[in-house]
This record gives sequence, structure tokens and C-alpha cells, in this order.
Amino acid sequence: MSASQLLRFSTAGSVDDGKSTLIGRLLYEAKGVYEDQMASIRKSTINRSTGPIDFSLLTDGLRAEREQGITIDVAYRYFATPKRKFIIADTPGHEQYTRNMATGASTADLAIVLIDARKGVLPQSRRHAYIASLLGIPYIAVAVNKMDLVDFSQSVFDQIQADFSAYAKEIGLKNLSFFPISALDGDNIVEPSKRTPWYKGTPLLDHLESVPVAEDRNYKELRFPVQYVIRPTLDFRGYAGQLASGLLRPGDEVMSLPAGRITRVKEIPSFDGPIAEAFPPMSITVVLEDEIDLSRGDMLVDPNYVPHVSRRFAAKLVWMLDDNGEPNRTYLLKHATQTVPAEIRRIRHRVDINTLENIPAEQLALNEIAAVVMETRRPLYFDSYAKNRAMGAFILIDPISNLTVAAGMIEESTPDVVEPLQLRNLEFTGEAVETATSNQLTNAERYTRAGHYPATVWLTARRGVAYLLERRLFDLGCQVHVLADDSESHLLPELSRVLSNAGLIAICSIASPDPAERDRAAGFAAANRFLEVPAKELPARDEDAVEVVIKRLEDLGVLRRKDRFERGEGI
Amino acid sequence: MDSRTLSHLRALEAESIHIMREVVAEFAKPVMLYSIGKDSSVMIRLAQKAFHPGKLPFPLLHVDTTYKFEEMIAFRDEFTKSIGADLIVHTNRKAIEEGASPFKLGTGKCCALLKTRALLDALEEGGYDAAFGGARRDEEKSRAKERVFSFRDKFGQWDPKTQRPELWNLYNSKVEKGESIRVFPLSNWTEMDVWSYIELENIPIVPLYFAKEREMVVRGNQLIPLEHNMPLAAGEEPQLVMSRMRSLGCTYCTGAIRSEAATMPDIITELVQFRRSERENRIIDHDQEGSMELKKREGYF
Repeated sequence: MSASQLLRFSTAGSVDDGKSTLIGRLLYEAKGVYEDQMASIRKSTINRSTGPIDFSLLTDGLRAEREQGITIDVAYRYFATPKRKFIIADTPGHEQYTRNMATGASTADLAIVLIDARKGVLPQSRRHAYIASLLGIPYIAVAVNKMDLVDFSQSVFDQIQADFSAYAKEIGLKNLSFFPISALDGDNIVEPSKRTPWYKGTPLLDHLESVPVAEDRNYKELRFPVQYVIRPTLDFRGYAGQLASGLLRPGDEVMSLPAGRITRVKEIPSFDGPIAEAFPPMSITVVLEDEIDLSRGDMLVDPNYVPHVSRRFAAKLVWMLDDNGEPNRTYLLKHATQTVPAEIRRIRHRVDINTLENIPAEQLALNEIAAVVMETRRPLYFDSYAKNRAMGAFILIDPISNLTVAAGMIEESTPDVVEPLQLRNLEFTGEAVETATSNQLTNAERYTRAGHYPATVWLTARRGVAYLLERRLFDLGCQVHVLADDSESHLLPELSRVLSNAGLIAICSIASPDPAERDRAAGFAAANRFLEVPAKELPARDEDAVEVVIKRLEDLGVLRRKDRFERGEGI
Repeated sequence: MDSRTLSHLRALEAESIHIMREVVAEFAKPVMLYSIGKDSSVMIRLAQKAFHPGKLPFPLLHVDTTYKFEEMIAFRDEFTKSIGADLIVHTNRKAIEEGASPFKLGTGKCCALLKTRALLDALEEGGYDAAFGGARRDEEKSRAKERVFSFRDKFGQWDPKTQRPELWNLYNSKVEKGESIRVFPLSNWTEMDVWSYIELENIPIVPLYFAKEREMVVRGNQLIPLEHNMPLAAGEEPQLVMSRMRSLGCTYCTGAIRSEAATMPDIITELVQFRRSERENRIIDHDQEGSMELKKREGYF
């Protein structure tokens, strides 16, 4: 029992698809329903359908809902088989309840989409599929229900499979499986049905018991958001949190954000003794080798795979409140363990969930889905939701009502989405000052005084390398300056341009590779005056890494060879 | 199973620890409701793990109706002392002085005064803005839609319509002064998970959970423990019954079940065979269809 795995799945279906009946059936078959609950259902005053037992009554919860005969909120159910324990997020299928479906889908490993065999793929089936894809559910099980009412017809089933597959392809939904079932009679739920001899697949429960749960888990890119600092005594400082991705072992090199400091893991202590290797989704406590001061909201990451660090990003929002969402209103954004004030900078468009059309929008109403550009007061450390669910998800909270107003999924940014900020009172023409008029300084004068050409060095991660490089170049007599302000990283290209114009070597230390910013910075510099060194091309030791960068600057002709520096020769 | 896949109990454990740390990080004054029952015991073990090597960063609050089993109170004092926890015991003295008892008032009214009222008073007096409870969603129908962070207004009341959507592991912890959150770290645990975890972790629990011969009043299908001078109906005789408690509350309201399960493995074997849900022996839940939901609206856990 204790060695079984956990599978979380969501179910979506419309009022008459038989969703509640299917869940009731699964609970009943797996003995997840106790006799007194069954007795309570038998004695229930409302009995909507004929037949011996109405399984759907097992899953309807609150009084108001029972009286209306519809489920209006996400309900969680539990059952277990010897192989797995299951958590069902049972979500209502009504159009106005996109909110609930998104909620149920947010933690699901798999979604069961119910389709009534008599009706085929309806707009609501498409909505369910779209939300499953939006929330990134890894596996989709399409349960074609009420097969008993279409005489278990293979052609009906095949048609639905073809229709749904075509739509799934359009929205990029992967890992589909189809099941011809009757939730009422139990066909292909636990045992293969004798009434579908043409169906060669497994019953639904077999699939739920065997679908891989952690296969797509990211063990590579370390993301450890610091949740809480444990300091019981002066000599113990542990950083507590849930590992979002990657592995963590004593001795591993980690980088802290936002400081960009590199250190190592000293140990991972626990109530049950030290942990040799932590993996997601373990809740752990990390002790670091160096005394660096981290607090809630900071993050430990792999220095070779750093997340994006930015105050601006593109995202999809699902609006969850009847109070409309608007640009330029302040919300609280909670992402990982950080909560920061944020605004919707721009609504790019709304998505019509039925037609998938993009529609211009000024506001966001309840249950609407939109593509937006978000801007936060402080930078976030994130990955796209498609790449890393835990690192790309956020919620928006209204600071006045304290209600959760939206769920957000961060998208990969492209230059056209996150446009450069407009700088007031500053103009960047992109033209270097080359000609001397009256007593204006010439570039030649600047370069001669400096003893080298200006350049922009673009370094990702490895903040330590940036500062050590600055020190080495300074000691060589260079004019150099590090630009390392993560909160304003979008300004780095412009700032590097100012420094270059002044004849300096600008070292841009950016925590995360953002192609748009890099391209802008490169665009400001002459071709042989821009040097980008990806983190993976740098040796692990900072000293060695600095040597590599200096060598490249020499190769570009920005610097004299070191021996010539020593002889005091000009450029 | 892949060596880098957590068993379902370890996955639930990781989730519960995350919830507890989130509360301690985001709230000014959390408290943990301690009922002495098996779920409370599991919650405390999880809290010890969450804040290791530190102590529990919040006090434990026991709302004592004075109608608990003697064995529970003895266990409470011994256990909380052994783990160095800060224990607060609160009783609605005024109601008791005015004669509140399950025998006189009936279970509904007694519960409202000695549990719900006492709890709300204790939370208000302590100025707690977050209170952990051991409730699980599998216990009762109205709990299936309960949030992990369950919002309560200034009067401690729960409104199913104002509950906030809860996505991923991102919990909304914003409350105004006077408002609070009830937190349920065991939301996704089932009764079986709780027992399996107690066995796996070797967690101490009140001996009442294990079967032995106990003096009981047999009333219909229910076995009512003979404590606190329970008045007997005409013709009723206490009997020695091999029995145990499946869940613990006040003596009068916690019926026992007939059982031979005297060890942990026995209990788990019994559970596998069980076809009756654990709250069935709770008299309060059956007062009225949907009665738990009504109680929760008023502020009951």
C-alpha cells in the first residue's frame, strides 16, 4: 500500500455527459464508497434518474447544488487500487465554469474528457480539451460514454475519435487515448466489455493505473524557490522549500537569485536524517556552504541553466471573477514563493474558446481567456509554463477584495511581445559620434586615452565572473564597468550603448538569456565590439572563466595582447 | 517504480509540509488545532518534519469540552510535553457553569456551545489569523469542495460562495484584520492514508483506537462509552464489549465500533475490509442531512 504512486486527474464533462455517474462508478468499483454513504444516497429525497442506484448522487456535495441538481464547484474525490491512489478533481462542465475547470486542471497529471456517444464532439468537448492544453495536462483520456445507447457501434466511436484527434492536433494536445464506455452499466471501466469486441485497448481503470506519472518531470534544471528560512539557533540556517525541478545533492554548485552568488550545497538535513539526493516534488531544507543571506522569494538555480529574470513577460490569463480585469490596475501577483505588485500592461487579445479566434479586448470578464503582457514591480525568476509548470504559473489577487481574480501561465517572450521600454528624455540614435566639430571629443581620442577599444561583453548567469572580469581588466588599466541590475535588465542594451560611446568596456551581467535584449545590445555595437559568452562555454572556476573572456577580447582586437599591456604599448 | 518517484504517502507528506511552511511564512500568528485524535497526531509529525531541526513555530490549541475521554487527556499532556510543544487548552467555562452538557442540551446545542463557540472565542482571544485543522476532504460530502486555505469572515463563518479558487500550489493568504484562514494540510489524505502513515512513521496515538473490552451502553446500532456519568435509559445495562474507537470526540458523541483490531496491522486489515465510513459513529453528522455543512457555515471546523 505505502509503495503505490499518486495520480491526480481531472474530469470535465457537461451536465448530461454522465460524468458524475462515471466517477460514482469508479469509486464504487474501487470500494471508495462506504455503505453508510450508499444508504444516505438511497434515502436522499431527491432522485433524479430512474434505475437502482444513482451513482451521481455520491459526488454531489453541497445542499444548494443538490437542490439545483448541478455541481458548481470543484470537488475532490479519492480512491485507491493496489497499484495507485487517485485524486479526482471533479469539475463542472457548464460554460460559465471555465474557472473551475482550470482550477481542477492545474494540478492534474491526466484529464478525462467525457463525450456523449450520441452527440459526438460538441463545442463543450472542445472547450474542455482547450483548457486541458492551456493548463498543460500531460495525458488526455477521452471517455466516449453512453455507448449502450448507440448499440456499441464501432463507427460511432471511430468517428468521434477522428473528430477529436483532429481538434487535438490543432491545439497541440498530446498523449490521447480513447475508451468506449458505459458508466451506467460499467462497460470497459474495470473489465473489458463483451459488448465491444472490436475494441482492442484496455479498460479505463487499467489506463489510469499504468499511465506514467513522472516521466516528463524535469530533473535537469534546478529550481528551488526559498519558501521559509529555518533558524532555530545562531549556528543553523536552513532554506526550506519544495523542489520545483532538478536534483539537489550535497556538494552541488548552485546560484542564488537575485544576488547571482555561486555556492555549494553543504547538506540536506531532515527529521529522518540527511538526504543524499532530493528530487521534485520533495519538500526539503537546504544548508549552504557559504554564509549567504537568502530570504523568502529568493531562488536557488543551476548556474548553467538559469531561469528568465524579468519584470515583463507574456502570459495567458484565465479571468476568475465577475469584476472585470483591466490594464493599468494594480494586482498582487503570486509566483512560486514571491508576491509582488503587478499590472496587466497590455491585453494582446482575447481567445474565443469555441472558435479559437483571437479577438481584440479592452477588458477581461469572468471565464475569459486572454493573451497579455504583464509587468511586475520587482523581477520574477521564471520559465515558460510549457517548459516548467511550477515555474511558469501564477495567480493574481485583487489587493482590495483579497480575492483570487486570475490564473496565469507565462509564455516564451518574443521581441514583438515585450517591446523595449521608452526612456524619457533619452534618445538612442544608434549612430556613433565619429566626426569632430569644434572642440568635441573624437572616438580616437577616447580610445587612445583608454588604451583599448570600447566593447560590450554579454554574460549570462555567473555574476561572480562579471565582477572578477571587471577587476582583472581594471588592474590591466582598462576603463570598465559592470552593468548588473536585474530589476532593470531591459535597460542594459541602452546603458551598454552609453558606456561604449564613452569608450568603456561594458560588462552586462544578465541572469537569464533573453534573446530580445541580447539582440538589441548587439545591434547598438559594431560587429567586432560585441562579445557574447554563453554560460556553458565558461569553465567552472571563475578565475578560468575570466581568462577565457579576456582571450576572446584579445582575439576580437578590443584589447592588446597581455604581454603588450605589460610593455605599455598603445593600441 | 522509478527511484525518483515518491510513493503516494511521501507525495502527500511533501504537499502537507509545503502547506504548513507557506502558512508560517505568510501569516502573523498561526495556531494548530489539536484534537488529540489520529489526524492531529499525523499533523504534528508533519509539522515536526516541516520545521526540523527547529521546534513547532506555533502553539497547539485544544478545545476541551470536558466531555473527552480520560485517556485522551492523559495522552495529550504526556505527548505534547514529550515533543516540547506549547499547548493551550481552552474551555467554554461559562457555558459549563450554566449547565451545558450533551445529556441536557442535546448534541446539536452542546456542540454549538462547547466546540464551535469555544473555538471561535479561543481563536479571537489569541488573535490567531490562521488555524490548522486536521479535516480531510474524504470525511464527509460537504468537505469534498473545501479549500486547503478556507477563508472565514470576522465572525469565523464559512460561505461556500466566497471561497477562493485554488490553483497549483499557489495559496492566497490575504486576509484583513479580524478575518482568518482555516488551513487543512491533510485535505488530500484519506482515512487509509492516515493509518498507513501512522504505521509507516510509528506515530504515537491514543490507546482508545486499539480494541479491548470496554464498558458500553448498546443503543440501537451504536455503542456509547460509559463515561462522564452518562444517564441510562430505562432498561439499559452497561455491557463489556470488545471494541475500539474509529474516530475520537466527546465520549457521548463518539460511538465505538465492535472490533478485534488490537494492533496497527489489525486496524489496517480491518479498514481494507470496512465498508462503512468513519464518521458514521459520529452522532452529530446524522442529525440532519447535510448537517456538517450547516455547522461549518457557523464556524465549526
